[in-house]
Amino acid sequence: MFGLANPDRFMRVTRPLVGPLWVIAAVLLAVGTVWAFRVPEDALQGDTVRILFIHVPAASLGLAVYASLGLSCLFYLIFRHSLADAAARAAVLPGAAFTGLALITGALWGQPMWGTWWVWDARLTSMLVLFLLYIAYAVLRGAFDDEGRGARAASVLGLVGLINLPIVKFSVDWWNTLHQPASLLRAGGTSLDPAYLWPLLTMMAAYLALFLAVWLTAIRTEVVRRRVLALKSRRAREGAHG
Amino acid sequence: MSAALLLLRREMALSWNGGGGPLLACGFLLSLAVIVPLGAGPRLDQLANLAPGLVWLALSLASLLTLERLFERDFEDGTLDLLALGRLPDEGVVALKALAHWLTLGLPLAAMTLPVGISLGLAPSQLPLLALTAAIGALAFSATGALGAALAIGARKGGLLIAVIVLPLFLPPVIFGAGALVAQAEGRSPAPALALLFACALVAVVIGVLAGAAGLRGSRT
Amino acid sequence: MDIESGSQNAGAGMIRLTLDGLAVRRGERRLFDGLNLTVSPGEAVALTGANGAGKSSLLRAIAGLLTPEAGVVRFEQDGEGLDPEVARTRHLHLIGHQDGFRSGRTAREELAFQVGWCGGGPDGIDVAVRALGLEGLMDLEVRRLSAGQRRRLALARLLAAPRPVWLLDEPLSPLDARWRAEVGRLMQAHLTDGGILLAAVHDPLPIPARTCEIGGTA
Repeated sequence: MFGLANPDRFMRVTRPLVGPLWVIAAVLLAVGTVWAFRVPEDALQGDTVRILFIHVPAASLGLAVYASLGLSCLFYLIFRHSLADAAARAAVLPGAAFTGLALITGALWGQPMWGTWWVWDARLTSMLVLFLLYIAYAVLRGAFDDEGRGARAASVLGLVGLINLPIVKFSVDWWNTLHQPASLLRAGGTSLDPAYLWPLLTMMAAYLALFLAVWLTAIRTEVVRRRVLALKSRRAREGAHG
Repeated sequence: MSAALLLLRREMALSWNGGGGPLLACGFLLSLAVIVPLGAGPRLDQLANLAPGLVWLALSLASLLTLERLFERDFEDGTLDLLALGRLPDEGVVALKALAHWLTLGLPLAAMTLPVGISLGLAPSQLPLLALTAAIGALAFSATGALGAALAIGARKGGLLIAVIVLPLFLPPVIFGAGALVAQAEGRSPAPALALLFACALVAVVIGVLAGAAGLRGSRT
Repeated sequence: MDIESGSQNAGAGMIRLTLDGLAVRRGERRLFDGLNLTVSPGEAVALTGANGAGKSSLLRAIAGLLTPEAGVVRFEQDGEGLDPEVARTRHLHLIGHQDGFRSGRTAREELAFQVGWCGGGPDGIDVAVRALGLEGLMDLEVRRLSAGQRRRLALARLLAAPRPVWLLDEPLSPLDARWRAEVGRLMQAHLTDGGILLAAVHDPLPIPARTCEIGGTA
């Protein structure tokens, strides 16, 4: 049966973790946000620099989540453990959301400075490609009637995406130096005022906790869903024979 | 005749047979080349700026259009099952299909970029580099495309699905291929970009064959 | 009809097939489980059962094209275990509903590909064409062949590239009575040479065979 090899242990281990994770995430978000507003504004960018506190963690998480997705895909390919597939699938929405948030805040951040809503610099372009990779995984995963088939195909794609990610990033950076000397994040990227560092790290930790909370919850939901499905099909078969 | 050669010959014969494969793709490339000036204005100096990008866009699109046929027909009529019963492993099957795709489509398209490049205002001195980068880039497209086609075997919405899967992976060859042209136009050496393009093609072939074989295996139920 | 299958089979050691507790699932549905079956050289098994019961899936599982949910498919050659991968690529033929012929190509071209792919050569093709009455059809495009002729063309590789294990999915359905009898004779010759045969059928095979009903849990 398309069940999970060791779901009971997973459910047992994660049950006490999920609740506290949500609380930690909420607390860190609150603290980080307040701190972000109390930090002095940047000499060049004024108040808009505060977007950095949303944009940078979102971008980092978008990347980190894709790494988790890729690794889950690898585990699924090697061990065929459906928990790994559930983990990969559960990572798509949070990861795409973080990446999307990074794209939007990147645009918002750039607008006051450059006068345009979008700029094809290396960072944003790479983020866009990352977003496309999430979409590609999601679309392939759902393209088959047979879930197992979708899981197998998508896990190969997820792994290939992970391997290609540094190549794409490198090529976009290379392209950027060829075409556009100015970078959106040059101002905020090279040397960060220490006053900014701690609120930034707090927000990163907040996003990480939020991701873990969402991720574990999604995987647990998936485990329950599959159990219900297995139960239903067993009942149906018994009903047919009984 | 070795199994590999047997498959290669068949793939190429089938590609030329059904609707004159290369003719179709070349026709598509030419049509795109016509649409662009009609849309953007006929001034060659303006077009010349866009020309590398346009050529690569057309090249990748033309490759994409033919990818769905790579495995789907074989899947539907039972040929894939037969292929699994022969001595060539899945990796070999994918590699040969990608090779046949490149030989019957990629190379003719690369040749076609010459008149297209001229029509879009590229300097004649750039044409050899254009054809070379197109040929190598097309190899990357065929290999990556085979990967996408193999993963999408049997899926609904096959063609668009393959495009979505494969386009992010098409980007590096496009960047380096067009970059080589830009470098040459600005008087610098295109060698670094060319080397990177070549490396991309190599990586694409390795990953494409390995992951494509995994896709083939996954399609068997 | 006498075919030189003896000399062609020389060197292909006899193969025994064992299915041990085999369970196969298709999508969410388990087709059958706990299937135990042993087929020794010279034996034929007719797989019967309703449509969709899993006969085709069983054949594909034996061929290694489908991973069973549980259980093992074991091949033994001359008493020694045989790697399923080797068995699949060298020692078995799987002929399913679809024949894989492209309609625009000629029968000769398509058969040459199939036979060459399975390791056979032009001599084998000549033998098979004679045995299955395909002379005169070989230069026609596949789309011009009748269903029965296409099926005979599909079966041709059994003779042109001999392998000891025959897995056939409804091999006789489009054939007329004369050819059913004829193919039955070819099957018997194959068994006499020590080959084994599993065929998914709706009607009885023209040769003596054990019956194995597929469908439902064991």
